[in-house]
Amino acid sequence: MLSLTCPCCGITAEETEFTPGGEAHLTRSGPGSSDSSYEAYMFQRKNPRGVHFERWRHAYGCGKWFIAARDTVTLEVFGTYPAQTTEPPAEIVTQIRARRPDWTPEPQGAA
Amino acid sequence: MSDTWASALPQAQFDGLIRIREAGLCGMITLRGDPAALAGPLRAQTGLDMPAQRRIVSAGALQLAWMSPDELLLCLPHAEAPTMVAALQTALAGQFATVANVSDARAVFDLSGPRVRDVLAKLCPVDFATLQPGDIRRSRAAQVAAAILSLEDDQFRIICFRSVAGYMFDLLAGAAAPGSDPALYP
Repeated sequence: MLSLTCPCCGITAEETEFTPGGEAHLTRSGPGSSDSSYEAYMFQRKNPRGVHFERWRHAYGCGKWFIAARDTVTLEVFGTYPAQTTEPPAEIVTQIRARRPDWTPEPQGAA
Repeated sequence: MSDTWASALPQAQFDGLIRIREAGLCGMITLRGDPAALAGPLRAQTGLDMPAQRRIVSAGALQLAWMSPDELLLCLPHAEAPTMVAALQTALAGQFATVANVSDARAVFDLSGPRVRDVLAKLCPVDFATLQPGDIRRSRAAQVAAAILSLEDDQFRIICFRSVAGYMFDLLAGAAAPGSDPALYP
């Protein structure tokens, strides 16, 4: 079972109290973008085996969105941070690197 | 328009492992906005300070509960809610904040007895050992959202949507059936 700590209300709860919101840190391709980048933004999602950044909503609690960094294989949670963040914060990256030394953060905006 | 008000399940009660009582008419006002903007008008109208994260402050018949970083719930006698809403709306005029009377949108149940934590633990994914008197925990009870207010050591209050009041009462009564104590808490 996945336990997440909501950074907005400080509650650590199990996953049934949350709603998953899919991949985090997407870069929006809106009007004026090419068809291929719009398609990538709309439909193409990472499905990694390992470190992943996801949006979650504390649906049964404070109702706020946040982002969780976790491992999709072991369900280890490296940390959670507010949704108003465009890339993984330095302390989260440090946390992940401490546990997964061969992991490197992807440059943001890469499809 | 009728001016006769009724709570969701008037007089509903159950006695088993714990005592369950429908709380009757309760006034509830939801305030949303920047806590810094809400604090002044709230203190002026109610005399209550802002609650800390996940806490309840109370004075007399008034209770102010922390619901989320930008949401508060003010509980007060049902008849006083409309005047309080009007006063707060006037005080907050022009601010990026909302005040709404949600009294009749909710159902409230009072639970008491030494086994109240065990009964609630059957329904909610919450560690009740960490909940202190004066804490509020928003979670779910089986399939519906619930706010759990820890009032005193053996006394809890559950607030849920009025539309699921019957479900919540049956749920609580089932969990409080005699002889079904999981004995999780001392």
